[in-house]
Amino acid sequence: MSDKILTMTSAPEPSQNPAPLVLGIETSCDETGVGIVRGRQLLANEVASSMAEHIRFGGVIPEIAARAHVEAFTPTLRRALDTAGVRLEDVDAIAVTAGPGLAGALMVGLSAAKGLALATGKPLYGINHLVAHVAVGLLEDPQNGASRPHSDNDADSRGASNGVRDLPPNTGALLVSGGHTEILRVGSLSEDVELLGSTIDDAAGEAYDKTARLLSLGYPGGPKIDAAAKEGDPTAFRFPRGLTMPKFEGTAEEPGKHRHNWSFSGLKTAVGRAVEQFEKAGQPVPTADIAASFQEAVVDVLTSKAVRACQEHGITSLLLGGGVAANSRLRGLLAERCQQAGISLTVPPIPLCTDNGAMVAALGAELVAAGKPASSYAIPADSSLPVHCITR
Amino acid sequence: MLLALDTSAGASTALISHKDTDDLGQILAQWSTDAPNTHAEVLAPAVQEVLGEVGATGEQISGVVVGVGPGPFTGLRVGLALGHALAEGWGKPLHGICSLDSLALRAVDAGVEGEFLVATDARRREVYWAAYEHDEDGSRLIQGPFVGPAAELPQLPAVGAGVGLYPEQLQVVELPGEDPSSWTPHAAELGRLAQGALAGELNGVLCEPRPLYLRESDAKVPAQMKKSGT
Repeated sequence: MSDKILTMTSAPEPSQNPAPLVLGIETSCDETGVGIVRGRQLLANEVASSMAEHIRFGGVIPEIAARAHVEAFTPTLRRALDTAGVRLEDVDAIAVTAGPGLAGALMVGLSAAKGLALATGKPLYGINHLVAHVAVGLLEDPQNGASRPHSDNDADSRGASNGVRDLPPNTGALLVSGGHTEILRVGSLSEDVELLGSTIDDAAGEAYDKTARLLSLGYPGGPKIDAAAKEGDPTAFRFPRGLTMPKFEGTAEEPGKHRHNWSFSGLKTAVGRAVEQFEKAGQPVPTADIAASFQEAVVDVLTSKAVRACQEHGITSLLLGGGVAANSRLRGLLAERCQQAGISLTVPPIPLCTDNGAMVAALGAELVAAGKPASSYAIPADSSLPVHCITR
Repeated sequence: MLLALDTSAGASTALISHKDTDDLGQILAQWSTDAPNTHAEVLAPAVQEVLGEVGATGEQISGVVVGVGPGPFTGLRVGLALGHALAEGWGKPLHGICSLDSLALRAVDAGVEGEFLVATDARRREVYWAAYEHDEDGSRLIQGPFVGPAAELPQLPAVGAGVGLYPEQLQVVELPGEDPSSWTPHAAELGRLAQGALAGELNGVLCEPRPLYLRESDAKVPAQMKKSGT
C-alpha cells in the first residue's frame, strides 16, 4: 500500500525518454506508410501507394485503397525495419493513425498496429493524422542533411541541449491535401492544437482532382494542373475565391463565421461552366489558361486566408504540410506572402509532406517523450477525429 | 499452440493446443461476438484476454490462423490485418483458412452425413456458399466458395446464417436441439482444422492468408474519365 502511494505521488521520471525509437503506421487514405524515428531523427520512411489503381477512376476509391493496405502492410513494415536497421523488439512504441481518414482504410493500419503492439508488448499510440503532418516538421533526416530547406530561423529554434529543433513558439500549420484543408495553431504537439479554419466542402486537392477531370488532364490533378498552368495565363479567367464576401469574413475584431474557412465547390462549378461554354460554341477549350486561372484562384484564397489567420492569432512560424505542398505555385505564393507578413515558413521535403509513416512515428515520439499515456487496444478508427484530439 | 482469428461475420478468437484425443486441435480458450461492426475495437482486446486466460506467451504460440472469409470486406480485413501483425510480431507463420470450413466442421461434428451446403450472409440479397460432403472416408469441400443468390444454389440441405435469411430458397439441415440456420463461423473450429492440417491429418484446408473477397469493388469509372480515355 505504502509503495503505491509513493509511486503515485512521486514526480514523473526525469526526461522519460528524450529519443524513443518509434514505429509509425499510416493507412488513412491510399498510401501504406511505415516509418521509424529515434526521437527526432528519421531512420526509415517506406511508402507503398495504391495511386496507380485509382487513376482510371480519377480519385481514390476507398475499397480499393483498403484492399491494397492489407497486401502492402507486411512488405512495407519489413522494408522499414531493414532500412532503419532495427528489429521490432528494439522499438519503444508503436504509433498509428487513428483518424481522420477513410474508415475502412484506417481500420487496416489500426488493427495491424494493435497486433504488433500486442505481440511485442510495446505501448500503442493511436494518433491524429493532421497533427502528425505538423510533427514531421521536427524531423532531422540524416540522409538528406537538414530536412527543412525553407526555414530561415533554424538557429533560434534549435534546442540547446541535444541539437534538435524544438517546435518554434507561436507555430501554425497549413495542411493542404486531397482530403484536408486546414489552418491550425499548434501550442504543443502533445497537448495544444487548435483548428482555426478549414474547408467547408471540398478539400483543395479534391478540387484539383475534380478540375483535372473536367479538363481531361488525368489523375492526380495537382501535378497535372500545375504542369498545364505553366503554359497558361492565370489572369485569363476570374474564377471565384470562396467565402471572401464581407458577410462571411467580418473583421478582425468581429470575425464572420467563415473568416478563416475556405470553400472550393463553387470554384469547381465555375470551371465546369467555362469548359461547357467553349464546348457548346464548338471552340477548343483553352485548357492551359483555365488550369492557370483555376490554380491562381485556389492558391490566392488559400494563402491570403492562411496568412491572415496567422496574423490574427499571433502565429510567427508556419509549417506547410499535405500533398498539395508539392504544388509549385502554392509554395511560391505562400513564401512570398509569409515573407511580407514577417512569418517564417517551413516546408518539409515533399516525401514527408505527403502521407507517410514517418510523420506518425514523429508524433508518437513526441508523445512518448512527453510522458503521455498509451492508447487502449480498444480504440476505434475515427474517420472524423477532430484536430484537438491528438491521441485516442 | 495456435492462435486463431475470424472476422467473416461476427468476430471470434481462440487458442488451440497441439494434442487432442481426436486428430484435430483442442480448444484452450475462446471468445466471440455476433456484433457485425465492432471488429476493429473488440478483437485485439479479446486476443489479449484469451492469451491471458491460458497464461500463454508469444514464445508458446507456434502459429497464427486466420479465417480468410468470404465475408463483408471491412470486417474481414480487420482480422487479416491483426493476424498478419501478430504473426510478424511473434515471428511465427500465418495460415489462412476458408471461414465456411468452420460451419462444415460444426455440421459434421453434429452428425450431418452426405452432401450439404454452408451458406452465410453476403448482403445485397446474396449468400456466400460452398458444398461439402461427409462420408465414411471423412469430409471434404466439393464446390465453392462462391457468392450468389440463394435461389441459384444446388438443392441440398444447408447450414449457416444464410439459411435463416432465405428460408424460402434454402432447406435447413434438421438437427435435434440445434438451429443451424443461425450459425456463423468461429475461429475455434478454424484453429482445430488448421491444427489437423499442420499435423498432416487433413489436406487442402490451409490457404494463403489473403482475403477471399469473391466480388470486385463496385467503383464505377466516372463518365469524364471514360471520355478522356485515361
